[in-house]
Amino acid sequence: MKILVCISSVPDTTSKINFTADKSAFDKNGIQWVINPLDEFALTKAVKLQETQGATVTVINVGDAATEPVIRKALAIGANDAVRVNLDPKDSYSTAKEIAAVAQNGGYDLILCGKESIDYNGGSVPGMVAQLLNQPFVNASVGLDVNGSEATAVREIEGGKETISVKLPAVIAGQKGLVDEKDLIIPNMRGIMSARTKPLQVVEPASSEVKVQGVSYDSVPPRAAVKMVSPDNLDELVRLLHEEAKVI
Amino acid sequence: MAVFVYAENINGVYKKAALEAVSYAKAIADQAGDTVTAISVNPTDSSDVLYKYGASNVINIKDEGLKNFSAKAFAQAVNEVADGNTIVFPHTTDASSLAPMLAVMKNYSLITNVLEAPESLSPFQVKRRAFSGKGFMHAKAEGNGVIITVSQNAFGVKESAVSGSEEVKNLSVANEDTKVISHEQSSGKLDLKEAEIVVSAGRGMKGPENWGMIEDLANVLGAATACSKPVSDIGWRPHTEHVGQTGKAISPNLYIAVGISGAIQHLAGVNSSKTIVVINNDAEAPFFKSADYGVVGDAFQIIPALTEKIKAIKG
Repeated sequence: MKILVCISSVPDTTSKINFTADKSAFDKNGIQWVINPLDEFALTKAVKLQETQGATVTVINVGDAATEPVIRKALAIGANDAVRVNLDPKDSYSTAKEIAAVAQNGGYDLILCGKESIDYNGGSVPGMVAQLLNQPFVNASVGLDVNGSEATAVREIEGGKETISVKLPAVIAGQKGLVDEKDLIIPNMRGIMSARTKPLQVVEPASSEVKVQGVSYDSVPPRAAVKMVSPDNLDELVRLLHEEAKVI
Repeated sequence: MAVFVYAENINGVYKKAALEAVSYAKAIADQAGDTVTAISVNPTDSSDVLYKYGASNVINIKDEGLKNFSAKAFAQAVNEVADGNTIVFPHTTDASSLAPMLAVMKNYSLITNVLEAPESLSPFQVKRRAFSGKGFMHAKAEGNGVIITVSQNAFGVKESAVSGSEEVKNLSVANEDTKVISHEQSSGKLDLKEAEIVVSAGRGMKGPENWGMIEDLANVLGAATACSKPVSDIGWRPHTEHVGQTGKAISPNLYIAVGISGAIQHLAGVNSSKTIVVINNDAEAPFFKSADYGVVGDAFQIIPALTEKIKAIKG
């Protein structure tokens, strides 16, 4: 079985988000980059399938050379090899097109990704890849088993869960629950050393059609100063919520 | 510019997020001087519900093959009937799964997580959530058609009654790739993303056995319950309740955080709540800086007392 895992390089979750002075772009100064946490669940799941089913795991990233440390981390976690499409991604569509172009020729049985990236939060790439490849798509997956040419995926639905059988090849977008947080793989020294010699292929982009432009960016406006209420005066809290904020 | 909207239903009943999407579509249509056509798959609810929020045409897709959700099959069905260059979806799990597939089918731009009415219709430009709630992006669509997903609780449900008409379309879309094996729906539980009030708790609750008081407070408020990441990681509460950067992003009218210190990742998921109340025994908890109202004290005394006081005013 061949698995392709799509990973995005995103600002570390503790990052403060700033924009350039003219607000036209995200300010990358001082940012630490990590594998998108939701993609990490997908990558760990793929590595588990590699261990239990002898799958080969290829990671793909659409990004410039600056994303290579993040790709090497994915290799240290256990992916067999990697492909980097040499394009600074501009929108979900152009990213999906590149992933689909690589996947088209790779004969992958399963494409795994996080359900969205924690930077641009498009949540669009996995579904677009599935459609470009004309494959079934399961989103928000919190469980996955593979049995021959079929997968059984559990997806989160509003107020519940649904278990689905899916014919492979398919695209599955995962989130927390696909594997438990405690099962995420922290690379050990052996993994880090072997990642240095694993193949990382760089390919040039197939097309560069962009469908959505980020015109400008805003930070979240600060809230007014907090009003503190004494724990002995909860009547005042109830009054404020009822009369001032009008939320109860 | 014909505006179409996907009116999602759950077991045949229109979701609040669907009514919000219809309200949003109506705002665009008013701006463009056009009308709204709503599309629904196997609804049992009356179309009158959708007329009330501004849809003057309702297309009801009847298809036994679409009894269970499949992103690909639903996208194909919507593609067959959505004959306009603007299509609005709610940003629910199902709708945000089929919208990207439809965008590829139609070769339209897709802008997700939209927060406000568009800044411009031609070109289509709108404010959307980005960086997990730590920032906003003003996104511009290129090309002739646009699909948008509207972030839940952002635009609001707005009545705008019109007289409408209904059309039934019988389709039989092939749905062979996926098959639903089981479907578990917890009954009577408020959906976290749709809830207008959310009561959330963290490690300050000391253990899962103490969640009863959080649920009691949520019950008197008609609220959903949520939790911080460490709490779901330890397994005190299910993953589905985790709000934050890698969990759910929510925008309720009122968010009450109990025993949560307010790490940047947690704030990312909740800072678009309209009013935030923080209850914590640590006066230095960073969350107080992002709150509207704060109480420093022992949650085990404050929560039951607050529950009683709210019960009293609710009569």
